Amino acid sequence: MTVSRRHLLALLPAAAVAWKYVLAGTPEESPNYRMDGHWWGMLIDVTKCIGCGNCVRACQTENNVPDGFFRTWVERYHTTDWHLEAPEVISPDGGKDGFPSVKQGEEGKYFFVPKLCNHCADSPCTQVCPVGATFIAPDGVVLIDPKYCLGCAYCVQACPYGCRYIHPQKKVADKCTLCYHRITKGLTTACCEACPTGARQLADLKDPKDPIHEFLKTHPVQVLKPQMATGAKAFYNGLDGSVR
Amino acid sequence: MNAFKDAGHLFRFLGLFVLAFLLFLVLREFVVPKSFGQYGHYRGAAIGEIGSLAVRFAGHQACETCHSDIADTKSKGKHEQVSCEACHGALGAHTEDPVNVVPVKLDTAVLCARCHTASAAKPQGFPQVDPADHYAGVSCETCHNPHNPMTPPDSGTSAAKGGAK
Repeated sequence: MTVSRRHLLALLPAAAVAWKYVLAGTPEESPNYRMDGHWWGMLIDVTKCIGCGNCVRACQTENNVPDGFFRTWVERYHTTDWHLEAPEVISPDGGKDGFPSVKQGEEGKYFFVPKLCNHCADSPCTQVCPVGATFIAPDGVVLIDPKYCLGCAYCVQACPYGCRYIHPQKKVADKCTLCYHRITKGLTTACCEACPTGARQLADLKDPKDPIHEFLKTHPVQVLKPQMATGAKAFYNGLDGSVR
Repeated sequence: MNAFKDAGHLFRFLGLFVLAFLLFLVLREFVVPKSFGQYGHYRGAAIGEIGSLAVRFAGHQACETCHSDIADTKSKGKHEQVSCEACHGALGAHTEDPVNVVPVKLDTAVLCARCHTASAAKPQGFPQVDPADHYAGVSCETCHNPHNPMTPPDSGTSAAKGGAK
């Protein structure tokens, strides 16, 4: 068979498209899910968080997170006029059972900040893994392959947000998967499902119809530690400057 | 005159290297998982494995397929945005076996207080009460229908009618 130069030029783009489909693939059990059609992140509206701890409990239930470890947790900040840069931060048991009450009129400002893996697009944690056990999936979710992880904890040290831990039984790194087993089936994450005020919202940045686009356009949204250029995809609305 | 006359020992070494390299290729074929490198420097099959974990929270869409009456009540009130499992807990098992897995009756004294206990740390405008001050000792659902809190309780809940319609 002979292929003319003209034919070859016509075939090459087709082959490239086909190869892209081969690369994109589909995870098992969710046949209609296309990894190349999504770019996941999360919108967190600090102004709506009431610190009830529903997200923390839901996450632990959904993902079998061991006691004392957290894939998501809630912090309560307290800043005073004199110490804007040194806020007092508490998170008793990750905020799982709520927070001690604060009386009206107490000095300073109080607010809650839910935290979770930022699913960074340029994640420091995946860069340091010596064995390729943690990676950014084609849809932007940072995942850990528990069968490949050695438990060396380099990634635990590398994460600037403290989102990773070594699982006490499995002895491998563990963290938020953005409920990958849910979002690939068209559900939202367990924390978003359980949040009563809508302070957390799963966002698909590749979906033009996702309300995240309008929200980002119209609100002062910030990511955590922007100076580290991690490409964090947990977007915080109404974030106070004292939050680290 | 043969240029390689005294190079026999070098060829033997070369042979050893080639053998070792072939052995490495064969071992590598067995040791490295098939899907490694499919999408990048990791095991591609791991994505599917993580994606196929069990779901515990069914999601409010699943609840609403049977409990449309509650969804209707909820849609008229302030708890419209609160999804079912935010209060009722994970009920994926109930959606798979509605007969044998029955949700437990909730304790409103604990549940309502979890969100609505007054604290200056909560956002302004979020409805808050001091449970010790706000009709202490009276159960919340005496006055409030949890599915539409600004209305008095009625008997229109699924549970009161003996299950989903």
